[in-house]
Amino acid sequence: MNNIYMPSPYKILDIQQVTNIEWLFKVEFDRADEINYGQFIQISIPKVGEAPISVTEFNSEEGWIEFLIRKVGKVTDVLFDLKAGDTLFLRGPYGNGFPFDEKYRDKHLVIVAGGSGCGPVRSMINAVHKKFESVKKMELILGFKDTNCIIFKDEIGSWQKENNLVLTVDKMCEGDSCDLGVNEGLVTQHVNKLDLSDIDDLEVVIVGPPMMMKFAAMEFEKHGVPEEKIWLSFERKMSCAVGKCGHCKINETYVCLEGPVFNYTKGKKLLD
Amino acid sequence: MNLKISMSKTNFNESLKKLEEKYKIYAPKNFPFAGKFSDIDLVRYAEVSTIEEMVFDKKSDFSPKEILLPQTETMFYFTEEEYKEPKVEEKGTLVFLKSCDLHSVKIFDEIYLKNKFSDIYYSQRRDKIKFVVVGCKTGFDSCFCASMGTNIPKNYNMGINIREDEVQLEILDEELKTNFQGQEKYFEIDKVVMNKIELNVPDEINLEDVINLDLWREYDKRCVACGKCNFVCPTCTCTTTQDIFYSENENTGERRRVWASCHVDGFTDMAGGHEFRKKHGDRMRFKTMHKIGDFKKRFGYHMCTGCGRCDDACPEYISFSNCIKKLTAILGGEDE
Repeated sequence: MNNIYMPSPYKILDIQQVTNIEWLFKVEFDRADEINYGQFIQISIPKVGEAPISVTEFNSEEGWIEFLIRKVGKVTDVLFDLKAGDTLFLRGPYGNGFPFDEKYRDKHLVIVAGGSGCGPVRSMINAVHKKFESVKKMELILGFKDTNCIIFKDEIGSWQKENNLVLTVDKMCEGDSCDLGVNEGLVTQHVNKLDLSDIDDLEVVIVGPPMMMKFAAMEFEKHGVPEEKIWLSFERKMSCAVGKCGHCKINETYVCLEGPVFNYTKGKKLLD
Repeated sequence: MNLKISMSKTNFNESLKKLEEKYKIYAPKNFPFAGKFSDIDLVRYAEVSTIEEMVFDKKSDFSPKEILLPQTETMFYFTEEEYKEPKVEEKGTLVFLKSCDLHSVKIFDEIYLKNKFSDIYYSQRRDKIKFVVVGCKTGFDSCFCASMGTNIPKNYNMGINIREDEVQLEILDEELKTNFQGQEKYFEIDKVVMNKIELNVPDEINLEDVINLDLWREYDKRCVACGKCNFVCPTCTCTTTQDIFYSENENTGERRRVWASCHVDGFTDMAGGHEFRKKHGDRMRFKTMHKIGDFKKRFGYHMCTGCGRCDDACPEYISFSNCIKKLTAILGGEDE
């Protein structure tokens, strides 16, 4: 029997700073073909610990995987001292990921992401944008605290050219500058800029801080979008990622096994 | 076929001695003055060699779960960049336990062998354990095993009744049959028929019906979030992973997992500061629903075995059986 907790060593290929507190780590990975959009990996640093991190992009042909990492904890603190060429330990992918094949293909896909919530949806957006996956139409609302917090600027610029994309910041500060057209206000204030004419064809993905997901989902409900067409991605403390340690459990639900992506019919009941 | 025999305690001890060559033998044992107050003894599982060392006339303060899942367990040793798994114990394990605790083993199996992934540390240990169920006639004041259906032992390798001058053995395991010899005797393993505490636990509880109850607010203040109820519980299976390095040589260290408690602060804290179930009463609700609600939804039967150790351990005298009673009453059941 194999040990589900045994991580494997992989080489860091590249590290890029994207904001003051967020960095993009590109790591060699030989199991990228097993990854589904929105899944996560346990990143492990011996003598420091393990942390669950979303896969933000992957390429199975070239054999790499990318993580958007914010410096907030014990493991991520140490990650920021590493350099390209250093070794990381990984196990996974874990969790369900987004049901693209079953639910989103050839539909009108709306993705609302807030801050580092862009991480889990980026691979799916890129796949659609580069026509690896087909949808009828993709529309995006991406929200950030301020213009300095905007991540993936180059990609947003390119997504903007072919898709209806609303980029918004909570508050515009004096001297803020960004080449992309930036709006002001919370993501909920821009839902009316989407084409919600054919709700039957719509699937809405919302990823961000808990409060942002809650109010964004309520906003779509107000616009007549049924609960079963709304999808959320949760974040929880985890130790094992394989249904043993109990930390991620919300009532009867193990986020690591049944999530992190939940349909809103279930997600709205995941209260604590 | 099961074999039913009677032996003198001296002969039983002789047979145990022979078994010790191949097995580590665990039973509840008395630790003088190690209890929660001064002058109080502690009864917990430890290695024993004779039947006289085994304590079954008092309830063990801790359950046998520390044999299934040690309080602290090394998962990996780190030397430079290498992850090395610890050596596996070669000897088998023989555990003497009561029916309620035997039922908790099945619950551990559900989480650690099933629930989508199987855990190698647990399964390696579990494969080598044999269980000796010890007859229990009356239970103790805080027990409610009969209400939880754990008073009837199932799936054991051997059963015994400990009497004043003899040990009665029902042996099912072929290897153990060769180890214990005595006079054939007809008897049944003692079982609790009725406890002082009787509960009507609802078959199904909907979270929506209980999540906003005032009942939980009582525990906001009473519960001090010490986690003792979780640590003494035979079916609390949660752990936290911890990495350490040795101060003598920072290049080496280990990854461990240690028991965790959903009542204790920090259980849900995420890097960055998000925290869930801040109120202690909500933690009580979370635990209660796991024990008598959502585990059953997933695996088909209640997680709580009715051993009552949480009631015995709580420094605030919170009674879990009382909480179940109140909940049943609120939900329109027949209790209270």
